[in-house]
Amino acid sequence: MTATIERGSATAPVNTPASKKTPTPKKQGGFLTSSNGKKVVMAVTGAVMVSFLVLHMLGNLKIFFGRESFNEYAHWLRTLLEPFVPYRTVLTILEIGLVVSVVLHMWAAISLSRRAGKARPVKYVAKKSQANGYATHIMRWGGVTIALFVIWHLLDLTFGVVNPAGYNSSPADRMIDGFDPSRWWVTLVYVVAVVMVGLHLRHGVWSAFQTLGWANKDRNKALRATAGLLSIVLVLGFLVPPLAITFGVVK
Amino acid sequence: MNLTLRVWRQSGPTDKGRMVTYKVEDVSPDMSFLEMLDVLNEKLILEGDDPIAFDHDCREGICGMCGMVINGVAHGEQRATTTCQLHMRHFEDGAEITIEPWRAAPFPVVKDLVVDRSAFDRIIQAGGFVSVPAGSAPDAHSVPVRKEDADAAFDAATCIGCGACVAACPNGSASLFTAAKITHLSLLPQGQPERLSRAKAMVDQMDAEGFGGCTNTGECTAVCPKGIPLDTIARMNSDYLKANAK
Repeated sequence: MTATIERGSATAPVNTPASKKTPTPKKQGGFLTSSNGKKVVMAVTGAVMVSFLVLHMLGNLKIFFGRESFNEYAHWLRTLLEPFVPYRTVLTILEIGLVVSVVLHMWAAISLSRRAGKARPVKYVAKKSQANGYATHIMRWGGVTIALFVIWHLLDLTFGVVNPAGYNSSPADRMIDGFDPSRWWVTLVYVVAVVMVGLHLRHGVWSAFQTLGWANKDRNKALRATAGLLSIVLVLGFLVPPLAITFGVVK
Repeated sequence: MNLTLRVWRQSGPTDKGRMVTYKVEDVSPDMSFLEMLDVLNEKLILEGDDPIAFDHDCREGICGMCGMVINGVAHGEQRATTTCQLHMRHFEDGAEITIEPWRAAPFPVVKDLVVDRSAFDRIIQAGGFVSVPAGSAPDAHSVPVRKEDADAAFDAATCIGCGACVAACPNGSASLFTAAKITHLSLLPQGQPERLSRAKAMVDQMDAEGFGGCTNTGECTAVCPKGIPLDTIARMNSDYLKANAK
């Protein structure tokens, strides 16, 4: 059963290959090039996106007050601070902030995963997670899933490209036609995506607290509970309107 | 007990390395994991083979030398235990056990299961010290320290630098090690003057060594033989942020 192994030195000095010589600390770049700095970027941009999600969820719930109420809300968003600023100014600024956050979040995530990949060039033959592997499995691929969903979501309900009501329709029409019982599969995709967002946030929100250095032994329970509660509220708040439409409660 | 081992064999840093299967017979359940490997090595030597190289020193769980990934878990599945304190009674007779070295680019394999952990030394050199006048130990009550702080600092100071955190981390991050060292000093009065510069220097060195970033998965603290808690990393992050805000 034993295999003959070529004899290597056991105690003699080891010749390290040139590429693996002691890394001289490179001239340190700025905060944003450090792994910690990138995590802070993820935490802060994540917070921007979570704030957006909370407002977006509250806006969606207007559909229960009727099409008029929903459309009025959509119109109000575009006329914020009018006539002080022209039509759609505030909304456009918010949209730019959101897009910048999404891009920076993705940049930091990609850059950190590349760094992680380089830190473990040789993989384990056997590797068993001891922390249930939740974050490891949900965050990166979950993020990709959410990004793909957002593209579909914009094409569907914002630009109306893949929506039966089309672009020249009211927001409420797009929403109600989009989740029509005949398009049950759209609702299904939506449910899966929203649950993915919830799973992403359950770790992400707590992780942001940790990254920003707010977590400690006394607060940890409360911070984890906050992250869990926020995820559950967002998932429920986002799932109720489309399910209500698909099941014919809202017409 | 009779066991089948699948062990990583690599004759030197430049060798490609591979998994090799060995049978070990008549293992006593009272043996430690390292003693079981000693038995195998004696057999290998008698047969003219090269014994499996692995790091070990005190064999009582306090030096931080030993460490290998056993069945996919750093130091094996027994919690809060170093490899040397892991006993064969936790394995089933006839079990197949996979043994690999710590896997991380900053921890290059020297031979078989031995990795070079000098990267940790360089992180310590970057700031893991206090610049205080040395001399005889001061009276215990001359510098008051809150009991909670003393306990937390001591908990962090129990880090033996074995590297299991890096081995277990899906990102190959050394955050738990670095955070333990930073926490242990930053909670005590002697550590205050250099608190922020220390955090910055040590975190930057950790990056320079090529360790990955922390994603708060908690894999590190789960395998840590000393149970260093994850909130040490939050403290490190906080100090690092403050150091950069300055």
